[in-house]
Amino acid sequence: MNKWEDNRAWFLVIPVFIIVAFSAILPLMTVVNYSVQDIFGPGDRMFVGVEWFKEVLGDSRLHEALLKQFLFSGLVLLIEIPLGIGIALLMPKKGWGSSLSLVLMALPLLIPWNVIGTIWIVFTRPDIGLLGSFINGMGIPFDHTASPIQAWITLILMEVWHWTPLVVLLAYAGLRAIPEAYFQAAKIDGASAWAVFKYIQLPKMRGVLTIAILLRFMDSFLIYAEPFVLTGGGPGNSTTFLSIYLVKIAVGQFDLGPAAAFSLIYFLIVLLLSWLFYQVLQNAGKGGA
Amino acid sequence: MKIKKRTIVLIFYFFLLMLPIYWMLNMSLRTNADILGNFSLYPKDITFANYIKIFTDSSWYSGYINSILYVSINTIISLLTALPAAYAFSRYKFIGDSQMFFWLLTNRMAPAAVFLLPFFQLYSTFGLIDTHIAVALAHCLFNVPLAVWILEGFMSGIPRELDETAYIDGYSFPSFFIFVFMPLIRAGVGVTAFFCFMFSWVELLFARTLTTTVAKPIAATMTRTVSATGLDWGLLSAAGILTIVPGALVIWFVRNHMAKGFAMGRV
Repeated sequence: MNKWEDNRAWFLVIPVFIIVAFSAILPLMTVVNYSVQDIFGPGDRMFVGVEWFKEVLGDSRLHEALLKQFLFSGLVLLIEIPLGIGIALLMPKKGWGSSLSLVLMALPLLIPWNVIGTIWIVFTRPDIGLLGSFINGMGIPFDHTASPIQAWITLILMEVWHWTPLVVLLAYAGLRAIPEAYFQAAKIDGASAWAVFKYIQLPKMRGVLTIAILLRFMDSFLIYAEPFVLTGGGPGNSTTFLSIYLVKIAVGQFDLGPAAAFSLIYFLIVLLLSWLFYQVLQNAGKGGA
Repeated sequence: MKIKKRTIVLIFYFFLLMLPIYWMLNMSLRTNADILGNFSLYPKDITFANYIKIFTDSSWYSGYINSILYVSINTIISLLTALPAAYAFSRYKFIGDSQMFFWLLTNRMAPAAVFLLPFFQLYSTFGLIDTHIAVALAHCLFNVPLAVWILEGFMSGIPRELDETAYIDGYSFPSFFIFVFMPLIRAGVGVTAFFCFMFSWVELLFARTLTTTVAKPIAATMTRTVSATGLDWGLLSAAGILTIVPGALVIWFVRNHMAKGFAMGRV
């Protein structure tokens, strides 16, 4: 489908540009400013060039945090995307069942992020929490504040619980937008459920799945509030993800310069990876359907 | 038989999904001492004291009003600006279109922590600190791009021949957009409205940085329950349960738009 060529379409985009640029451009420039200066106090600063970038790039704790972040985001995407598509396919197409599923599905998404962490603290406590005491009851000593492995499992569980519904809602809306005629044609051809999924549903969901994958990648890569509240980055440094480490530098040590350099590098990593995801997903669609 | 298996899997998933929320509900109906002292699958002595406190203490309920205000403003701004832009991206080729499209999304990619200070400076320059519009505008940073992206996906699913036919039939652009096009993408509009509402509702860092008292959001009020004596779990849970309600209402209203999807027969 070729698009119309018309530069007047810019007029439709300008409101969006203005409203986003208002909040985006000046703060970004300020952070770039911080990243090349040593700040001692208001009006007392020194230009240091790429000093902070060198310091941050050589920081071994940052490398460690970055590796953990990749592992976390990778696991989260591998679980949430297939699970989300699967559940969306299972959900009733109409009637009260569909309404009920949609409303229930949305509930975990609507809880403020700091509250999610707090609720999971109690939920996983071995003495008064449902999950914690259930696992203890099965004879497995459970305490995510002592065991790094259990802290990871708890965080992944919480993340999957919290965000799979987002994938489900997007995939479900994408599925509903497929015209009924496609399924009738497939039925006449005697296509199997798998063939319908592979050749009709999956290609038609490409748009919403691109958004789902990008959103889940970005938000899990930038995750802060939930692990900060639940594990505080511990035990030890086992769940100190990038943003938790960043806040430790920015607020804990009040090193604004290195923290700003860190933020920019962080931002570029997310940008680069999102762009790669985007390109791959765009091309996957062209080849497949 | 096949349909039954699907239903069982689905019900099992919902069962797991509801467990943490059930636990929050359970805690919200108990006193703090009871929560910390005993493990109990259901509240034995139901108390509504936590809810009564929230509904009678203005520092609590004003948090809800503030959040609802700025979230609504944000959702309306996001949808109104994103609809025409998404249409432009899905239908037209213009200079810098793909760069612009991707740039929009990059605004969701920056780690918030260090950006908070410049944000505060920017909004105080405009005298907007502690107003609802400030939080609504700040949340546009991540909601407008999201809205454009989701809507563009839905709009691109609709064949362009439809637009051409409508123009030949004598529709002007605004009347085509409102009366022909909008009904076709209402699933997308519903999903988008819900996501804008949701992301603005749960965001804490910007909302807390840009407000002090007058426009203070509920999520910030809830961090107050951490005191020297520890957390008041009961009160926090009750507040948590109440934060779910407005969003659940929103999705209840848009559910039909999501479920009906593509109504090709209209044209």
